[in-house]
Amino acid sequence: MSGILFLEQTLNGLQFGLMLFLLAAGLTLVFGIMDMINLAHGSLYMIGAYLMASFVAATGSFWLALPLALAATAVVGVALEMSVLRRLYERDHLAQVLATFAIILIANEAVRIVWGPQPILLNAPAGLTGPVELPGGVQYASYRLAIIGVGTAVAVLLYVLVTRTRVGMLVRAGASNREMAIAMGVNIRRLFTAVFALGAALCALAGAMLGPILAVQVGMGENILILAFVVIVIGGIGSIRGAFVGALLVGLVDTMGRALLPIGFAQIFPPQVASNLGPSLSSIMIYVLMAAVLVFRPQGLFPARG
Amino acid sequence: MLRKMLVALIAGMALASTAQAANELKIGFLSTLSGPAGAIGIEIRDGFNLALKMAGGKLGGLPTEVVFADDQLNPEVGKQLAERLLKRDRVNLMTGVVFSNVMLAAWPTIEASKTFYIAPNATPTRISGQGCSPYFFSASWPNEGYHEAAGHFAKSKGYRNAYLIAPNYPAGQDATSGFKRGYGGTIVAEVYTKLNQLDYSAELAQIRAAKPEVLYVFLPGGMGINFFKQFVAAGLSKEVQLIVPGFVSDQDILRAVGEPMLGIFDTAHWAYDLDNDANRKFVAAFEKEYNRIPTVFAEQGYTTALVIDAAVRGVKGKIEDEKAFQSALRAAPSRFKSPRGEWKVAHNGTPIQDYYLRVIAKDSQGRLVNKKIGVVVNDHVDFWAKECKMK
Repeated sequence: MSGILFLEQTLNGLQFGLMLFLLAAGLTLVFGIMDMINLAHGSLYMIGAYLMASFVAATGSFWLALPLALAATAVVGVALEMSVLRRLYERDHLAQVLATFAIILIANEAVRIVWGPQPILLNAPAGLTGPVELPGGVQYASYRLAIIGVGTAVAVLLYVLVTRTRVGMLVRAGASNREMAIAMGVNIRRLFTAVFALGAALCALAGAMLGPILAVQVGMGENILILAFVVIVIGGIGSIRGAFVGALLVGLVDTMGRALLPIGFAQIFPPQVASNLGPSLSSIMIYVLMAAVLVFRPQGLFPARG
Repeated sequence: MLRKMLVALIAGMALASTAQAANELKIGFLSTLSGPAGAIGIEIRDGFNLALKMAGGKLGGLPTEVVFADDQLNPEVGKQLAERLLKRDRVNLMTGVVFSNVMLAAWPTIEASKTFYIAPNATPTRISGQGCSPYFFSASWPNEGYHEAAGHFAKSKGYRNAYLIAPNYPAGQDATSGFKRGYGGTIVAEVYTKLNQLDYSAELAQIRAAKPEVLYVFLPGGMGINFFKQFVAAGLSKEVQLIVPGFVSDQDILRAVGEPMLGIFDTAHWAYDLDNDANRKFVAAFEKEYNRIPTVFAEQGYTTALVIDAAVRGVKGKIEDEKAFQSALRAAPSRFKSPRGEWKVAHNGTPIQDYYLRVIAKDSQGRLVNKKIGVVVNDHVDFWAKECKMK
């Protein structure tokens, strides 16, 4: 594989991984602090993408619509948390899975009723529809580079938020040992609503940024939700650093798998078999990676709880 | 008392169902009407409904009811819906399927019920070849038609090698085999992507590294929209020549992708500017009714309705007479003027017709359209027709 191809596939993997990180960060905090499995996280991603498409159509500007979509989805997230999810904290995981799965189905139908069964169009902003020339002579889609930029910026911001601010300290305390944090006087309910709102905004950001590349359609949250769960299991539940490393690992393994495995198999099998095996096996690679990490470090790579 | 009511009810239902077969036509329309590829099913439906409306709601002189069902591009769902349409709704004819994998899943059920199916789109080689049946009639094209024509065009342009991309499902395999047969040259790579895959970054990087002389892409519906947008964003539109079958560059995709697609060549059995009266009438009526330019899919839906109309008229409403109806279907194209021009039917029930070369350009009103440039293949016959043992 040539240098240019390798560079391009690495960038693709980074882009995918950083978007996964946005989803995984919110999910890991919810799971870490409140010990709640929230399947509706994927629905927030979908709602974020749909709201973004609507705001872009209304305002005509991608960058103006983005903060609007983030704010709107955060509001939806808070409303969801205060009405339904709050009652699930005390329940066991199975009840949480059932309830949040129901939310997925309701959200899918609601979106279908409001926006129709056809996928809606979301285009990249005007300046970013073409390629950009990278050092080495590689042409790479400028929008994907923008995604990498935004993802990295958010990762840095989250790092600063969690490690250098008071709120971040409370979040880490809550993730590390909830009972002790409550005993120390932390208003864990308000903290959690705030964390949930932040998670919803991150989901919306991922949905809005990925919308122009993928499709804004009903059910778009399910596939990426499963990957987000794999990421937080690999990275360690409750840890944002773990979510970051896990997401990059998953993104790179998935992209490299899709790129390399068909080439490898094409040497041995006929094209139809090779092209079918390649993507299937690369998605298995992610779970193999997860299993391997769990064998050596059952708590994940960077567990929040000591 | 209860027994009497029950008997009356059953008698009433029996009467109702027999009354249906005699003076009413019920058509089951199983199609993909939602999801990324839903636009195709909707185009076929709109073309079909337009013809029905222009015929005053009657096909073959019989008042016609169409029952729509959405298979969501899921073969399992398609099979169940076919059963429901045949057994619960008791349709007399079936049509509508967009995708070949759904077609192959639903076909055994349809064939076993001895119901005629008139294809407005998918015509898999597995059904047109060895598996041919008197109950299957295609009003669109044999699956490999567009691809063989595209291959001929690529050969005529003298490209020394070609790179192929198609989704990994029956029609995708038909696409690559058809193109290879028409082209006959060196194939750099044959890549099969997952059906409904949305992100083509990995595949695009491979194409850039391979530097083929021409790239042939078969990715219908939402897959095509995503591929073209990403193709242009990655700067490949300046590096690689593109040829596509007409399915991948028609209005549904043009509306979404826009000007970056100008100049792409494609092959199809119909073009909106074909010079005949039936086509002018069709295009004008479609634009007036739906406020958009029709696609090949719309023409297929429209012609399917006209085929049914001519065939039912040919048997004077007695579609239960299977042999007569089959002959009437075969004779149908000569009984009406189709927007695509003259066409005939091969013994395996698939069309024998011309395939045109089109290019994406702007029309006099500045809209993006597929303009006909010339004919690539005259009177094309399905390659697999020779494997069909029917008379």
